[in-house]
Amino acid sequence: MKTVDIAVVGGGPAGLSAATTAARLGAQVTLIDDNPRLGGQLIKQTHKFFGSKSHYCGTRGIDIATILERELRATAAEVLLETTVVGHYQPRTLGLASRDRFSRLSYRCLIVASGAAENTILFENNDLPGVYGAGAVQTLMNVHGVRPGNRVLMVGSGNIGLIVSYQLIQAGIAVAAVVEALPKIGGYHVHAAKLARLGVPILTSHTIRAAIGRDSVAGAIICRVGRNLRPLPRTDRRLNCDTICLAVGLTPLSELLWQAGCRMFWVPELGGHVAWHDEMMQTSIPGIYVAGDVSGIEEASTAMLEGRIAGAAAAQALLGPNPDAAGIIAEAKAELAAIRQGPFGEKAAKGKKLLAQLGA
Amino acid sequence: MLKRTSKRPRASRHPLTANSGRITEHPILSFERGRELTFYFEGRPLKGYEGETIAAALVANGVRLFRYSEKLHRPRGFFCAVGKCSSCLMVVDGQPNTMVCMEPLREGVRVERQKGRGRLP
Repeated sequence: MKTVDIAVVGGGPAGLSAATTAARLGAQVTLIDDNPRLGGQLIKQTHKFFGSKSHYCGTRGIDIATILERELRATAAEVLLETTVVGHYQPRTLGLASRDRFSRLSYRCLIVASGAAENTILFENNDLPGVYGAGAVQTLMNVHGVRPGNRVLMVGSGNIGLIVSYQLIQAGIAVAAVVEALPKIGGYHVHAAKLARLGVPILTSHTIRAAIGRDSVAGAIICRVGRNLRPLPRTDRRLNCDTICLAVGLTPLSELLWQAGCRMFWVPELGGHVAWHDEMMQTSIPGIYVAGDVSGIEEASTAMLEGRIAGAAAAQALLGPNPDAAGIIAEAKAELAAIRQGPFGEKAAKGKKLLAQLGA
Repeated sequence: MLKRTSKRPRASRHPLTANSGRITEHPILSFERGRELTFYFEGRPLKGYEGETIAAALVANGVRLFRYSEKLHRPRGFFCAVGKCSSCLMVVDGQPNTMVCMEPLREGVRVERQKGRGRLP
């Protein structure tokens, strides 16, 4: 069985940053991803990033993926694509499955950057074909250039819901409405304003009650909700649409961390069960690190910063103290703190603080 | 009153075509499609492109219904498109439980709707 210094699970913004950082510091790195190309969810993000001090602001997600991939390919790191990490075994071993092969990989340090999976919500017929996660809609239209439908109901007005609604319109697909159960819009005002200017109704205090259709979505029933978020009687109305897009949050993909035996905590602010980790992104098991959405749902910019910290910390753990690594960590920590001080970083900041307290 | 969908829907005789199509004009993206391929859905030849997944090629051809659930035989399509939710399991070249949202389209591949758990070849 092959042994590597550092195994990185996941080739999204967190994993790519972790692998590049560790490889540049001299560690022998293997990055594993189940997709045919690197970049994770960045490859479907056509909008420009903004806000943070991160030097990628003003750049589109797809272009950031290209930059990060180029940076990694310039190092000696090994990349295994179309390979799924299907299990964690003792001692310090991963099970890898590709199309026709199962193999094992032993590691000295592990960085789990497995990302997150799309949530669904309860409503009648929520399993009907045509009910898609927001990420799936982005994959269809932005990666494959395929129309998910002709008229879409968007559920959720967080940044993902707003951005994907705008992207649908860019692709020539109508957005019937955006419904949001809370009394106010969840995402950035700029995104909501773009939609409002295009005449898309953003219905706050509304939710979906049912999808209509026999073999595929042919409409939806939406209704008003009260302050307790329960549907209000006699407020049902039918909306014409052939696609229902759910942008109702993400859940960390933490299975490997459970298997490895990391201490796990339920932190709603971070999206579900997450592994306890310290400021160096190390979990309760020495040598196992986390970065990105799997350590708490946040955004691509914070995922890259966490990746750099985890990569530098793991390299230091293996190769000894290093001023370059310490510099990378200090800089990334400062940028993370700045992002989390903003109004949209508060939730994650609160979650990370709670997680630290739970583990104490 | 909400109309419930039948628990045992008949397999639709006419695959859905109303929602089909590819994006031809886009303000930001240009789609570099690979070689055109022919594949078979329920025995019927369809066109797709190299480099896309089976799921994307099916949706582009207006096919949304990928399988029927095991107990209630409810129609299912794909949901997450990133190989996590298992909503898109189909029979591919006789192999059941293939996640078509991750499976690359190949020339001549035979794709069938899966009923329940499917049967191993």
